[in-house]
Formats: sequence, C-alpha cells, structure tokens
Amino acid sequence: MSVEPPLTAEPREANRRDTVLRIMLPILVLGLVVLAWELAVRLTDTPDYEVPGPWRVFEALVSDWKVLSASLLVTLTTTFEALGLAVIGGIALAILFSQSRLVEYSLYPYAVILQVTPVVAIAPLLLIYLPQPAAVLACAWIVAFFPVLANTTLGLNSVDRNLVDLFALYGASRVQVLLHLRLPAALPAMLAGVRIAGGLSLIGAVVAEIAAGSAGAGSGLAFRIAESGYRLMVPRMFAALLLLSLAGIAIFFLLSLLSHSVLHRWHESALAAER
Amino acid sequence: MPASEAAPIVALRGVGKAFETVIALDRFDFTVRRGEFVSLLGPSGCGKSTALRLIAGLTAPTNGTIEWSAGKPAPGALGFVFQEPTLMPWASVSGNVHLPLKLLALDRTTAEQRVTSALAGVGLTEFARAYPRELSGGMKMRVSIARALATTPQLLLMDEPFAALDEITRFRLANDLLRLWQTLGKTVVFVTHSVFESVFLSNRIVVMTPRPGRVFAEIAIDAPYPREESFRTSPEYAAFCRRVSQALAAAMAGGSA
Repeated sequence: MSVEPPLTAEPREANRRDTVLRIMLPILVLGLVVLAWELAVRLTDTPDYEVPGPWRVFEALVSDWKVLSASLLVTLTTTFEALGLAVIGGIALAILFSQSRLVEYSLYPYAVILQVTPVVAIAPLLLIYLPQPAAVLACAWIVAFFPVLANTTLGLNSVDRNLVDLFALYGASRVQVLLHLRLPAALPAMLAGVRIAGGLSLIGAVVAEIAAGSAGAGSGLAFRIAESGYRLMVPRMFAALLLLSLAGIAIFFLLSLLSHSVLHRWHESALAAER
Repeated sequence: MPASEAAPIVALRGVGKAFETVIALDRFDFTVRRGEFVSLLGPSGCGKSTALRLIAGLTAPTNGTIEWSAGKPAPGALGFVFQEPTLMPWASVSGNVHLPLKLLALDRTTAEQRVTSALAGVGLTEFARAYPRELSGGMKMRVSIARALATTPQLLLMDEPFAALDEITRFRLANDLLRLWQTLGKTVVFVTHSVFESVFLSNRIVVMTPRPGRVFAEIAIDAPYPREESFRTSPEYAAFCRRVSQALAAAMAGGSA
C-alpha cells in the first residue's frame, strides 16, 4: 500500500470531499429556502396569520417556549414510552413465535391486522375505552411494535444452518440456542426494526394526540398545533411543527448511533467504506 | 502405523439414507479405526457429506445401523469442521473457539487454557481478539479447526474444509492439519472431492460411487509420515494419485463394482 501513495490517498480525499458535500449541500439549500421565504413574506407584506416568515416563527418559538417545551416533553415521553413498550413487546412476541409454531400461527395474522388498520381510525375507539394518556400511548405502541416484531422474527429465523448444527453437536439446549445463537444473529434486523419503530412511535403519538383533541392536563405538541390552528396563532403552529421535526430527526440519529455502536465491530451494514 | 489393524471406533453397517427425491446412501459399509486419517472421496452428490452428518448424529439413517465401540459419543467427543468456516460474526476469534466449551459448561479457567492452546495449535495466538471479518479465508478456517479441537475430541469430522480456499492456502493448511493430527493423536474422517488432497493426507481412501452413494474401493496409502512438501512432488505420490484417479473414474463410470 505504501508503494504507491497517490493511489490510496486520492480516493480517500475524494471520500472526504463527498462527506463534506453531503453535509454542506442540504444546509446550503436550507439557508437559501429560509432566506427566500423571509424575503417573499416581507416583500409581499403577507400577514402572520396567512404565512409567517421564519423570523416570526423563531420569535414564537422563543416567546412561547414555556408552553411549547412542556408540550414537547409530553410528546417525547409518550414516544419513548411507546417505543420502549414496542421494543419489549415486539421482541418478546418474536421470541415466543420462534419457540412455538402454534403460537406464531395463532397470533401472527392479528399482529398484521393491527398493523394494516389505520391507527387514525383506531384512535377514537381507544379514546372511549381508555383514559386519554393511556389511549395515546396505546396508539403509538400499535404502530411502533410491528416493525420490531416483523424484523426480529425475520432475524431469529435467518440463522446459519451450519451453526444450528454445530450447537446441536454440542448438545445445546433451546435456551442456549436462543441466547447464544438466535438473538445475536437477529440483532442487526432487530435494530433496523427499532430504528423504524422510533419514527413510527412519534407518528403514532402525534396521530393519537390530534384524534384526542380535547385539552387535557398533559397536552402534547400535536395538540398544540391543532389548538394554535383554531386560534389562528400560525407562527406557533410552525414553531411546534419545527420542534416535532427536530424531535424526529433526533430520535433517528439516536437510534442510528445505538445501532452503529452495537454492530460496528462485526456487521457489514455498520462497516466503514474501507475497501 | 498399521491403521487397518487398530480398534474400530465406529462402524456404519448397511446404512441407507433417503431424502425426499434422492437416495443419498445405499447399503453403505464403513469403519473408522482409532488413530487413522481416512478420506471419503467421491464426486459431489455421492453422499459423502451425508455419511459424515450421520456419524456426527446430525441426521438419522433411514436404514442400517451405526455402531460405536465405546457407546454413543458424549457432546464434545466429536469435532466437526464444515465446508465454510461457520463462525459467529458477532464473536471474536477466542469467543468462537470458546463456544463449544461454553455450551458444555466448562469452568472458566480450564476453558481459557483450552482456547489458548487450541489457538496456538493453529498458529492464531495473536488474533485471539480479532473478529472473523478481519481474517482471511484461510485464517477463518484455522479458527474453525481450533474450535473443533477445543473440546479435545477423539474423532474429528471434516467436510471438504479446504474446498473454498486457494491452492497455496490449501497446501499450507493440509501440512498443518497433518502435523496436528500426528501430535494430538486424533482420528480424522475427511470428506473431499480432490484426489490429490486425499492422497497427501490419508492412510486410507474410501472411493464412493455417486447416486446412490456406496463404497466402490478402499485404497491404503502406506507412504510414511511425516509427509512434507517433498512428498507432493515424489513419484510415489504421483503413482498413488494415478491409482486413486483410476478408481474414481471407474466408480463414476460403472457404479457399483
């Protein structure tokens, strides 16, 4: 490798330039759009209740921070509770399925039904039978748990057959096969499922909050958006929306980081482009 | 080393194995004797891997019997090396070698000693903490062999372990395997489709007919060990290879003798 440094150095530099472009270009686009938006709003003298400029949105974010941050906390709490329950429920059910074909055959269709029925349609029903926070949590859980279940099931079943034979050769018990073979083998698929579930649990929480509508003690960001809409506080709507987006992005990066830190030593998906 | 007179470890008698659409083995008779290095040689699909899996107890014969002279082997008394390295990608090299010992619930200190000596045996001491993806194909196969040896098994079953490797690596691994076999005093059953490999390694070669797999000929390779690189280029080696090739060709042309 050291004989011809230009050959190895060049692609690496190109790689770095590519990374810089991938980060800088979207930021540049964002800056231009925000600038154009601000200019357009100012030049046309558009009132706030029609389209607020980015500066007004930022002002609303600062002035209403108390209300908005409290709502953000509510939504995030719901999201993470739902995600946690989805991960526990999805993995537990997938393990149960992998241990008993009968259980899998009996329950899997209902997991699918729960998934394909739009959660917006289920939310009003849940709100009748459950107290509001529990109903919101249930909605978020319903959308989030299926990817965990489906991916973990796939992972638990895609085990190297020779390794299964090897475990059999050494007289491994079912528990040993599960702990030392199936679960580690399922980890990449499982983490991919958790990453999808992170975004979905936020969506589920928002959908349920919108469906719940009524002002409760704990009202989340989605409720803030609906409420601000009724009161024509459009800058605050945008501010709340911005916070939701940022929360979604943060969740995605957090879970990607988790996935990478668990897998980076061995899994192809987490390897740097080193060849 | 008159391996043909040593005590038998396991005998397959009139063993047949049928899958849904094919008969892999039919009236297959085969005895493994203590201390020998015996190869099952045949074209792909002749049931040689099936024979190995039957001995390992990974599958049951459709008919016939498998007789162990000292009773059925306990877990860990058999080592198995697959055609692929079959390593756990999430575990380090030493973690992979440790696996059989963990499944057998050996205590930590003994297990660590076994892992260390197994890795030293295949020359991978410095790579104990590496992960499989960081290793070359030949090194992965060494890890696989170390894992099979970790439980100090009496009988080592190897299913075309070098088939996917390049020739240089294959020769080196074959040399090392012979050295291990001689120093450790194991019994090896080696499945291969390579005439040259089987002649270089074995005391005895069992040539099989394809579909259904049956014993066509048994050829003793009574060249003395240790066999070094010089053996590969000797006229003696060439003569054995010619004999075995002819037997293999006859097996493929004529079926049962």
